[in-house]
Amino acid sequence: MVANVISNVATGARSKSIAAIGPYLKSFSIVIVFVVISAFFAVANEYFMTWLNWVNLLRQSSINGVLAIGVTFVILTRGIDLSVGSVMALAGMIAASLVTSTNQHFVLWAVLAGLGTGALLGLLNGVIVTTFNVPPFVATLGMLSMARGLTLIFSDGRPVPNLSESFRWIGGGSVAGVPVPVLILFLVFATGWVVLSYTTFGRYVYAVGGNDKAAKTSGISTRTVIASTYVISGLLAGLAGLVLTSRTTAALPQAGIGYELDAIAAVVIGGTSLAGGRGSLVGTLFGALIIGTINNGMDLMGVSSYYQQLLKGAIIVVAVMLDQFRK
Amino acid sequence: MLSLSGAEPEVRDDAAIGLHDQPLLVADGVAKSFNGVPALRDGRLVLKRGTVHALCGGNGAGKSTFLNIVMGLLHRDEGSIRIDGVAVDFRSAADALRHGVTIITQELSPVPEMTVAENIYLGREPKIGGLVVDFPKMRRAAKRLLDDLEFDVPVGARMRDLSLAQIQLVEIAKALSHRADIVIMDEPTSAIGEHEVHILFNALKRIKARGSAIIYVSHKLTEIFEIADEYTVFRDGRFIESGAISSIDRNHLVTQIVGHEIKTVEKGRPNEGAPILLEVRSLSRGSHFKNISVTVAAGEVLGIYGLLGSGRTEFLETIFGIHAPTAGDVFLDGKRVDPGNPKKCIRQGMAMVSEDRKDTGLVLCASIAHNIALSSLTLRAVSGFVRRKAEAAATDRMMKLHRIKAASPNVAVETLSGGNQQKVVFARCLLTNPRLLICDEPTRGIDEGSKQEIYAFLREFAAKGNGVLVVSSEAPEILQISDRIAVFRQGRLDHVVDGHETTQQMLTDLAS
Ligand SMILES: Nc1ncnc2c1ncn2[C@@H]1O[C@H](COP(=O)(O)OP(=O)(O)OP(=O)(O)O)[C@@H](O)[C@H]1O
Ligand SMILES: [Mg+2]
Repeated sequence: MVANVISNVATGARSKSIAAIGPYLKSFSIVIVFVVISAFFAVANEYFMTWLNWVNLLRQSSINGVLAIGVTFVILTRGIDLSVGSVMALAGMIAASLVTSTNQHFVLWAVLAGLGTGALLGLLNGVIVTTFNVPPFVATLGMLSMARGLTLIFSDGRPVPNLSESFRWIGGGSVAGVPVPVLILFLVFATGWVVLSYTTFGRYVYAVGGNDKAAKTSGISTRTVIASTYVISGLLAGLAGLVLTSRTTAALPQAGIGYELDAIAAVVIGGTSLAGGRGSLVGTLFGALIIGTINNGMDLMGVSSYYQQLLKGAIIVVAVMLDQFRK
Repeated sequence: MLSLSGAEPEVRDDAAIGLHDQPLLVADGVAKSFNGVPALRDGRLVLKRGTVHALCGGNGAGKSTFLNIVMGLLHRDEGSIRIDGVAVDFRSAADALRHGVTIITQELSPVPEMTVAENIYLGREPKIGGLVVDFPKMRRAAKRLLDDLEFDVPVGARMRDLSLAQIQLVEIAKALSHRADIVIMDEPTSAIGEHEVHILFNALKRIKARGSAIIYVSHKLTEIFEIADEYTVFRDGRFIESGAISSIDRNHLVTQIVGHEIKTVEKGRPNEGAPILLEVRSLSRGSHFKNISVTVAAGEVLGIYGLLGSGRTEFLETIFGIHAPTAGDVFLDGKRVDPGNPKKCIRQGMAMVSEDRKDTGLVLCASIAHNIALSSLTLRAVSGFVRRKAEAAATDRMMKLHRIKAASPNVAVETLSGGNQQKVVFARCLLTNPRLLICDEPTRGIDEGSKQEIYAFLREFAAKGNGVLVVSSEAPEILQISDRIAVFRQGRLDHVVDGHETTQQMLTDLAS
């Protein structure tokens, strides 16, 4: 009897600690992958581990990171957003048109216009998906093309150069030695993380992705939740568009082509399930950092961009394979 | 008569026992742990040819774990399993199938976009020239199979268009189509009505006569006494006892399963002249149900009884706002309820325990805590933030109150036993402090002990001046808990009878 009780207590305690460590262990494994890759490049190239390079690496990862955080929300609800690359181009273009030397508006207006464009297109995605029941893949594939088309129409296929000094600060400036894009990334990450972990909306995102019918029976407005994730994704694509445009000091009509793939890759490497309901922003952040590290490290080693493509693809698949294996 | 295809006996007991006396399957000391938590400590079973063997036990007793091990779906940590005297250790379900063992698992797994025939012959489609699927032949075979079993399911229909009961019948047919020696059925009747159960039992008798054996799991003891020849009881992962069903009575079995004697619930009468809590006025929804008016008084349990497909579930779901009615109104506490909006219904004081917990009741990949809190999040949150402390306290209270058996509130609901999952649904609904509780088959897959707890709970809940609306296909259950019983027939409300004076026979007569 006593022995029985003791063994119960023991197994209870052990299982509790296992259950408590579980989630950390999961986000931990992606950190390990990140550390291993970094260590490899550190050995391969002495410049890799310098402060200057890390600031550079973080800045390079910031745009993809911001996009990926938005896309994580969508993927958590079992959706997908393929339109972020085009949306960021359009948002950047519209913002840029307000801050050229011939058209000197407030930078604030440009920023609001860029964010608003992103949010609006996201809302459109959300409405098409939830109200008209178009599969997310199709709806956002359509938006990918439409937003690109609008960018080309709006700019007549020509870049918009000569952006004002203050606008260029968004992508090129720094605060206390930290580049503004990196600050933006961490701000977006922190906000997103709080929203997903501490708010009811965050809980609903997971619930809708896990089982939308059960979420509905539980009294959740599943449509609103799903549509909101597309708005978030669009809004962050708009923000990324501002950063990109500012950094390149000109809005290019072909900006951001293919960016959606890197964003989705970051989300998936970060362990978020494409089937919805499982995943975290910590994973996504490290996913984006891993992709950034691979790009940066291979650049330093002078690997040709052809091989970079090949290796990056392979590493993405292997990372996810390892993740599956661990389960 | 031995149809163990391809299995050459390697280790055979030399004892001079005839093949007929030798048990078909002997399992001994089977154990299995998940993450260091034992789910099964000592599983034993001796299965004889030509018998139906009931495997009994409470929720989480380890029945499904044991059966999944026998079937090769899980791998055991310890113990031995012998089939026809040959030690076996199946690595996969395909392996077990080759050795004449088949299973109908507790959690169904249909391919929704495929037809009934394609589902039945999934992975072993008849082919022309070894390449092209021979669809006509497959359809004919499926039709013959279903006709033989007397299951009324169209072979050409897609699985997603079928009702839960029909899906269950298809899975049963699929398992039986293997013509296996050992048929394992893990709660095959939890989703089907009495009529279908009857058909199933006829099929089981024919299988038995063929010399095969069936391991049968059900929490409906009436079924066990009707169909089983032998029984084995597990409790807390351990073998407790086994024997012939004819040598025991219901009370004995319940006591063995639960571990102590249980009291059945006595129901009092609600106060005369209590105010009306729920009023449904000529509610209709397309062809599902027509012109239904009914009331639930404060303190009353209204049971709804009817055959499968009589529109009961649709009716409940319409009251709760999952569907919009085509005509009619619902009033709660005298206030009109907005149609087609579950969120508002919950705010106005309704809660619903839905029919299929896997489909509409639970977010399986989320934790117990998150599931329990799901409905009440908005009610409890301040400015959009989750109040974590309050949530943890509430989850803890609910888990204790409903005796949810789990390692921690943070484990995913999908790892719980079926009965414990159902309790999580209950906990979620009650956390919103509803005045009206709508339950669709509330004790599906729940063990006898917990069933009585739920009955007691429902009565107690009503006695506090709340209302309960409950649908059940089990006549004894409806009779035990209802003050009044509304009998549905083909989408119409035929009779409302007094729950204190009606007998089971009267009820089934009214419904058919
Ligand atoms: N995959 C799993 N991971 C962790 N624990 C599990 C898993 N599967 C089962 N368990 C645990 O093992 C125990 C036995 O579960 P099992 O499903 O075998 O019970 P059962 O007798 O079939 O109950 P029920 O009648 O409710 O279906 C339960 O406590 C359950 O929580
Ligand atoms: Mg079970």
